[in-house]
Amino acid sequence: MKTVRCSILGFGAIGQGVAEVLLMKKEYLKSIGLEVLVVAVVDSKGATINPEGVDLADCLARKRTGGTVAIEKLTGVEVIRSVDHELVIETTPTNIVTGGAGLQNMFAAFETGKDVVTSNKGPLTLKYGELMEAAKTAGSNFRFEATVGGSMPIINLANEVLAGNNLRSIKGILNGTCNYILTRMLEERASYKDILAESMELGIAETDPTYDVEGIDTACKLVILANAIFGLDATYKDVEVTGITKITPEALEMAYERGHVIKLIGEVSRERIHVAPRLVPINHPLAVRGTLNVASIDTELAGEITVTGKGAGPIETASAILSDLVAIYGNR
Amino acid sequence: MRVSMDIELKDVPGQMLLALQPLSEFKANLITVLHHHQKRTPRKTVPVQLVLETKPENIVAIKAKLEENGIRVVRVGEQRFRESINVVLIGHVVHTGIQDTIDEIDKTGFAEVVDLSLCMPGINLLSSALIRIDAVGKEDLQKALDILKEVSVKKDLLMVLPIDIHA
Repeated sequence: MKTVRCSILGFGAIGQGVAEVLLMKKEYLKSIGLEVLVVAVVDSKGATINPEGVDLADCLARKRTGGTVAIEKLTGVEVIRSVDHELVIETTPTNIVTGGAGLQNMFAAFETGKDVVTSNKGPLTLKYGELMEAAKTAGSNFRFEATVGGSMPIINLANEVLAGNNLRSIKGILNGTCNYILTRMLEERASYKDILAESMELGIAETDPTYDVEGIDTACKLVILANAIFGLDATYKDVEVTGITKITPEALEMAYERGHVIKLIGEVSRERIHVAPRLVPINHPLAVRGTLNVASIDTELAGEITVTGKGAGPIETASAILSDLVAIYGNR
Repeated sequence: MRVSMDIELKDVPGQMLLALQPLSEFKANLITVLHHHQKRTPRKTVPVQLVLETKPENIVAIKAKLEENGIRVVRVGEQRFRESINVVLIGHVVHTGIQDTIDEIDKTGFAEVVDLSLCMPGINLLSSALIRIDAVGKEDLQKALDILKEVSVKKDLLMVLPIDIHA
């Protein structure tokens, strides 16, 4: 049995999802020879630390009732530097302007020779090259499948499963909130404003939906794909971005009468990175409904490969984090 | 490829046969023949428009053979409007001059707006239009879309293009 000592930095929806999945998958992990011991959980107020393994069920309960897991007033970086462990699971909130706590956590993790698995897009969008370099210098593993498309496999699919193929482009729907809004506007013949309000009520859109509806979130995911799959050194500034705020129910209806739906499509190739609403034929593989994400990879040998799945949600995102964890430590 | 050809025939019996024989000789597939018998040219000849499908390398030989048969070939061109797409425009489509937007495409000569659906839900609300553009070839279509993109930027319209078009 191999013991993996890890910290969970960021205990919002995703961090809690990871804790739940680790509890749920304890027996499975044992069956493949892994014991994942969480030695620290950190949220914005502080940390719970136990070198013998913290009680995840207790952390979840305390977070839900008291709003925090904080027992000791320590930050993520302090935990990384003072607590002995191999893996940092980085699930702090995305900040694409500064990189936020996530960026500091990742650099600190590599400086101390730790592996990192993350769902946090911000640092990767801003400093992909530097982070890869730091990981490489430290000899650390760095995996981030959860940053793009939630549970939907895309980065590992392109780089590992489709290895050897020359990939020409990836096109798809990478933001579930926009897909939900456009789907519902057509179904209900309702305005953007009304459906946005509905999405907020259901928790599908955030209170400040700007990142999603202006196409910024999609653009960040494309930057990660451009760097991780196409080997570019792109940042957010390299993306042409148009969001969905101007789309009208009338436009959706006229398009539908001619056999098309309107979707916010992200597109990345070696030549360009682009986000815009596009007309998609109703029977096209990218014309998925609701909050689903979808991506089509245009490959040299295998033709078009399309994957679809849930792009958000704590458990779904934790599924991608778990698969990265198993990819690093399983079968070793 | 599909080619349109404007020729002129002398108004004497047997001319059409002389016109069709080179096509048959080069195994060109004749799609349409428009015989404008009532429209004489100043040269007293009868204009005829042909559309045929043939290999590109045969076009020069067909033209030479026609001229050898005494038939004047006025124009040879790629068949018009083989490409067609739908584009959605959202914004103040009407107030910024929809006619002007259409004219920008139409005046190119290689592309035309052939269909327009328009919805204006209310004053101060964004209008939506769905237009169909036909163009001679793929490159012409791309050029027409580049023009439309420029117009859309100028008029602050959101242009929604089909997914298979290079946006």
